[in-house]
Amino acid sequence: MSSARLVPLALAAVLAAAGCGAAQTQTGTNTDAGITIFNTDPENPLVPGNTTEAGGSRVIDALFTGLVEYRAEDAQPVNAMAEKIETEDSKLFTVTIKKGWTFHDGSPVTAKSYVDAWNWTAYGPNATQGASFFSQIEGYAEVHPKDPDGPDGPQEAPKPATDKMSGLKVVDDHTFTITLSEAFSVFPVTIGYEVFAPLPEAFFKDQKAFEAKPIGNGPFKFVSRNVGTDIKLTRFDDFKGDKPKFKDLTLKVYQSRESAYADLVANNLDFMEELPPNALAGQKYETDLGDRVVQRETLNMQAIAFPFYLKPYDNVDLRRAISMAINREEITQRIFEGTRKPADGWVHPLMKGYQKGQCGEYCTFNPQKAKESFAKSGYTGEIVLLSNTDGGHQEWAEAVANSIKNTLGVEARFVPSTSFGEFRQKVNAHEMTGMYRAGWIADYPSIENWLTPLYRTGSSSNDGLYSNPAFDAKLAEADKAPSEDQAIKLYLEAERIMAPDMPVIPLWTQNTIAGKSNRLKVANLHPFRKLDLDSVEVVG
Amino acid sequence: MVPVFIGTTFLIYALVWAVPGDPFEGKCGERDCPESYVSAMRDKFNLDDPLVVQYGKYLGNLLQGDFGLTSAGLSVGERIAATFPVTLKLALVALLIEAVIGITAGVVSGLRNRGFLDSLVLVSTLFLISIPVFVTGYVVQLVFGLQLGLISPTVTSPTIGNLIVPGFVLASLSMAYVARLSRTGIAENKRADYVRTALAKGLPQKRVVGVHMLRNSLIPVITFLGTDLGVFLGGAIVTEGIFNVPGVGGLVFRSILTKDGAMVTGVVTVLVLVYLLMTLLVDLLYAVLDPRIRYD
Amino acid sequence: MTDQMAVLAADRPRGLFGDAWHELRRRPLFWVSVSMILLVVLMAAVPTLFTSGDPGLAQLSRSRQPPSAEAWFGYDNQGYDIYTRVIHGARASIVVGVLSTIGVVLTGATIGILAGFYGGWLDAVVSRVADIFVGVPFVLGAIVILTTLNAGGDAGPVRIVAQVVLSIAVLSWPVAMRIMRSTAIAAKQQDYVKAARALGAQPRRIIGKHMLPNCVAPVLVYSTIALGAFIGAEATLSYLGIGLRQPVVSWGVMINSAKDYLRVAPHALLFPAGFLTATVLAFVMLGDAVREALDPKLR
Repeated sequence: MSSARLVPLALAAVLAAAGCGAAQTQTGTNTDAGITIFNTDPENPLVPGNTTEAGGSRVIDALFTGLVEYRAEDAQPVNAMAEKIETEDSKLFTVTIKKGWTFHDGSPVTAKSYVDAWNWTAYGPNATQGASFFSQIEGYAEVHPKDPDGPDGPQEAPKPATDKMSGLKVVDDHTFTITLSEAFSVFPVTIGYEVFAPLPEAFFKDQKAFEAKPIGNGPFKFVSRNVGTDIKLTRFDDFKGDKPKFKDLTLKVYQSRESAYADLVANNLDFMEELPPNALAGQKYETDLGDRVVQRETLNMQAIAFPFYLKPYDNVDLRRAISMAINREEITQRIFEGTRKPADGWVHPLMKGYQKGQCGEYCTFNPQKAKESFAKSGYTGEIVLLSNTDGGHQEWAEAVANSIKNTLGVEARFVPSTSFGEFRQKVNAHEMTGMYRAGWIADYPSIENWLTPLYRTGSSSNDGLYSNPAFDAKLAEADKAPSEDQAIKLYLEAERIMAPDMPVIPLWTQNTIAGKSNRLKVANLHPFRKLDLDSVEVVG
Repeated sequence: MVPVFIGTTFLIYALVWAVPGDPFEGKCGERDCPESYVSAMRDKFNLDDPLVVQYGKYLGNLLQGDFGLTSAGLSVGERIAATFPVTLKLALVALLIEAVIGITAGVVSGLRNRGFLDSLVLVSTLFLISIPVFVTGYVVQLVFGLQLGLISPTVTSPTIGNLIVPGFVLASLSMAYVARLSRTGIAENKRADYVRTALAKGLPQKRVVGVHMLRNSLIPVITFLGTDLGVFLGGAIVTEGIFNVPGVGGLVFRSILTKDGAMVTGVVTVLVLVYLLMTLLVDLLYAVLDPRIRYD
Repeated sequence: MTDQMAVLAADRPRGLFGDAWHELRRRPLFWVSVSMILLVVLMAAVPTLFTSGDPGLAQLSRSRQPPSAEAWFGYDNQGYDIYTRVIHGARASIVVGVLSTIGVVLTGATIGILAGFYGGWLDAVVSRVADIFVGVPFVLGAIVILTTLNAGGDAGPVRIVAQVVLSIAVLSWPVAMRIMRSTAIAAKQQDYVKAARALGAQPRRIIGKHMLPNCVAPVLVYSTIALGAFIGAEATLSYLGIGLRQPVVSWGVMINSAKDYLRVAPHALLFPAGFLTATVLAFVMLGDAVREALDPKLR
């Protein structure tokens, strides 16, 4: 329709006004241009420690720079604001930060900015979503006491005696130490997550004002927010790290990915990191976008978890039978149009130290062996697979159930639940009535993140209650390893110990399909399924 | 009206909030939310109070014009204010389409009773009544948007022009009713004495139909249109979903799925208010149009 | 002369329904809709008459294949045979339609006739309660009710169907109630009711013997059209992903799973949508014909 074509004109007008007298470099890159990328409305006030969902993370990510960052090429951690992070025993870490960095309001970023921010986020009464990320630091239990009767009960958690974790100590303006309650060799890798960002003095003086106009230390500073419509950021010229090659960043809020996709096709939107199902169906995006397709393997894995608290799923032969009955190859081709890659282990292939085929024959489609294992399990009843359907999981879950049904000749049923919240609650409460979808996106790029939180006895995300003492012992050994290489070796051993148990069925990893507008010369996808802002170059 | 208002909002409030399943559990991705977070959010939305107390607090705020905050901390009032005009626009476009096409078809077929045109209108209205809105929506989107490329399959910005196609889809069902209502009205009035008198006086046919008959036959049609506007404002969930119209329907659908109780109750409250106002307006209009009806 | 006699004999007094039947028999539209309905009911009752396939058999290898000689309607995204599923899907749609109509008409009509007959505070309360339910937009109300009911998670086919029937009935009974109430109020003023009262008949007898047979016609017309409308409503709710769902197969469920693939496999959406529309059309046509037959004014 004609009015659809009016939009780019209007946009161009805005851009022209913004980029008045734009400096053109020799390479034909317009470094003063502005770009518009897809976003969803942030669900929480824009405070790093309270932002764990994608809509807020895209903003926080541009506004803040933490101690470490993950490289876009291989997701490996590199120092950002950290000069160096040193340890001798993997328990006490000394962090030195770079000098001369400032927040967007001009105040300096010091060791205190980090320690205060972390203490604030971990402090129980502040009720942040990111608090649990600090649980390894000594003194976390004191600032974040447990609610005696759970969150639903009438009793409130006791007020903590202190609001400072004993494990954090400021040494001088640019040095602080972190003491963990237990040795943890990969700790420096974990702190690239946004909840570990520093906070300026202004935040502690007036939190409301900060939430209205967040002040970070990252490559972009906040300009304005129009709730439900967009958030505007602009380049922070005093940024000490790598400066972005464009000026203005608008994060436009879309109510649905379908409508965002329509804008992307029409070049009204510059970048969108995950295309909607109707664009992926039949690989329509290839004809729609042509050379504007951007793709890469990203750090997420889909799996099916077993409730070890429920019969018959505690039966190892049944678990193996189910895994071998799933035709991963066919499902990734037919349902996902090749945008997923069958998984052959529990660790993501992009991780440093990843080893091929850790799962072995148990993750390979093999009807004969599946049937044998199924017969051995002695189970003949129906198999139930549960998943929420609000994230596009219906199609593959149904296909997986059908694959199991057709291979094993047993009744296999997919049970949908409409909302993710409801689904999560049942998972958390250990009330699942069958095996269930368990997706995992790495918090930090370490092999450890793919094992410990998910499968160690009593771990935060070990929702299926899997437990294997030999595996736990090997993990503990790896955590204490003096060097990263040795740790990786031990983690891989742990993975092999776990493999025959099949605590969770690895399904596939994702090859994310993103799209860019014809205005962007370069726009790369980050392994964490977001736009790599540093890579963006706008056509001059 | 007041009891109906309170009853409806309470009904929705109870249904949305009394649902098993904590609205805040799914907020932290694939891992558990910290207990302190869930606990604080429950306090914020008075979820630990008995239901009637919760509703009382909500109503108290509502009477002061405060719709409350969504679980994401956004103002419900603002979100409604941002989406409602779009839905209103869509509803008005639909209403106009349905009135123009419906009345024209009805008048034509009513005047040519039992003719070919009459049968055609009757059959096509039956057909329109039978097709669910989402089927109409998808067929229109498929044929005109994707196969022929005449329209953009989704609404990128809600201008009147872009809303014509979704408006047409939304109007299709009611269009049939309007056509049938006006046909009955015309057919009944055709034999009325005043029409015969007017024709006997030598007034031109055009004037008799256009002024005398229409005015008298359209009273039920206008009341139907009035009520329909109320229905459109609340029932556009499907149409808005197919064409991605950023209106109230999509907002409320997403809010229900994410158990955003404050948002759902807020939107429904507004919709019920609008519906009640429309009913009142229709009653008054009825009295104005038909002097035989007077409210004491 | 004999002709005249025949006409006179045919014109011997008939009841309202006999009259209507006489009228209906002559209308082709009536027969068309009745045969369509019979066909669908047959599909619902004995699907194996039409197909020997298994509606639950999905083979990904044949995903999204277009219609062919062996699969008349093609295969959908999961590799289900669309023809088989369309046939088997009739049952859920018909069951939901019939049960919802029975629920709506029974509760609505009972409450309506009581409210109309007794009037007073009963009428006032019932009317206000009905206003509350009418004030909630149908789709919106159904979504809220169904998400609440669906929160149970794993549910068998019976429960899934029962939930949809319940939510349709809860939101639609006021319509039947209002129709019945107004006819009951009108009937109350009639001489035969007054006479029965004067003769000392019990309220139960008056309602059951005198008023009910005379008030049932408008509700009957409504229920025929409503049956079609409820089948459409079921499909709408299933399309939104909150009505019927796995393992129940219905036309709405099929449309829901086909909607994302509209561009690459339109046949997966068009066939169930076609059957749905035809079925609803059959009921609406029947309702239309019955209404005209029962209402002498419209003849």
